[in-house]
Amino acid sequence: MSLRDFGPNELMFLLLATRWTILLALIAFAGGGLIGLVVAAIRVAPARPLRWLAAGYIQFFMGTPILIQLFMAYYGSSFLGYRPDPWVAAAVTFSLNGGAFFGEIFRGAIEAIPKGQWEAATALGFRFIRTLRLVIIPQAVRLMLPPTVGFMVQIVKTTSIASLIGLTELARAATQVNTVTFQPVMVFGTVSLIYFALCWLRSMPAISNVVSPPERYAR
Amino acid sequence: MQTALQFGPILIHLDLLLRGLAKSIQLAALSILFGTAIGILGAIGRSFGPRFLSWPIACYVELIRNTPLLIQLYFVFFSLPLFGFKLSSNTAAVVALSIHLGAYATEILRAGIESIPEGQIEAAKSLGLGRYRIIRHVILVPAARAVYPSLSAQFILQIMGTSIVGAIAAEELTAVANNLVMQTFRSFEVYIIIAVIYFVLVQAASLLFAGIGKLMFRWKQ
Repeated sequence: MSLRDFGPNELMFLLLATRWTILLALIAFAGGGLIGLVVAAIRVAPARPLRWLAAGYIQFFMGTPILIQLFMAYYGSSFLGYRPDPWVAAAVTFSLNGGAFFGEIFRGAIEAIPKGQWEAATALGFRFIRTLRLVIIPQAVRLMLPPTVGFMVQIVKTTSIASLIGLTELARAATQVNTVTFQPVMVFGTVSLIYFALCWLRSMPAISNVVSPPERYAR
Repeated sequence: MQTALQFGPILIHLDLLLRGLAKSIQLAALSILFGTAIGILGAIGRSFGPRFLSWPIACYVELIRNTPLLIQLYFVFFSLPLFGFKLSSNTAAVVALSIHLGAYATEILRAGIESIPEGQIEAAKSLGLGRYRIIRHVILVPAARAVYPSLSAQFILQIMGTSIVGAIAAEELTAVANNLVMQTFRSFEVYIIIAVIYFVLVQAASLLFAGIGKLMFRWKQ
């Protein structure tokens, strides 16, 4: 007995909800990538207190479940006197959380660049930011790319958590459709395939990018 | 309007929080145990098994790694009863978490197995070791040691992953937190406390896994 069957309308509903999953993932890539870049730069910066601050930030976001971070952002906003909004909370949380992970990825790549490059840049009179921007990062990008794409897949999957603060993206749409059709195999099977397709698409450019530019910056 | 943080009304429910924590640890421990077992079998089947075995394992790994844990959780919780398996929330959570970790553990261990140089296996063969002993002593154990850091990182993610099983009404730490929010209306404070508890748990688990690694792989290097 169910209210209705899983048909084209339900499929359409799921596909339309996928928009919000994609949008949320894009926000997280953009916000997380930007924050990550800053965090990574701070982590390799000469100022020690700043480095500790960035390390603490990373420790917190990597050492607690993202769901708790999400709840903190959602309920924290009402504590601070704002009206809790799932979109704002999710965008902030995923950006900050992504920033910590991207920060570690970028830092790893930056630190893999030989010290001689820093010294050469210093010898040429480059300051910290210029060295990073013109010498280190162009070389580090190649190393960053594979783990970055891997983490992007992670982000797409993690956006499903936003359903738990009431944001209607794919996972929440799935539970709604499941509630009215009660065909869980069909519903969650379809949703799994949609997520699979999203993650699969993400992993495609990774392969071509990683394979193609060998030794471009080495000359 | 009262805007100061008040932890008192929550901390009197410390027993509930600790019970939730114990449940979380139990879920994590069981799923890590089962997940690792799946991972070991999966990696062996994938690397040494016949094609009809290695191919489905590859599909399982890819399917799980490209879908969210939350969806896997819903799938197990809502679908299995239709096939006659009536599971409690917590059992369903353990099943889903184990299947989830199993895929990642399979992939990690397989990477370890593939990192063993061919020459090492040839050396073992020329020493006259049998197939079983080569697989066990020359491939699996060194492979496990090589990937132990990634494996323990995955275990840590698994511990944090248990936080979402409240979504299917399993009673772990986050679910306790949600109940406390409804009782005390001090949502922000509750989640601050929960975040601290998870943070301590994760740090403790990292130390534990590092210790286990030292004990298990201490004979060489």
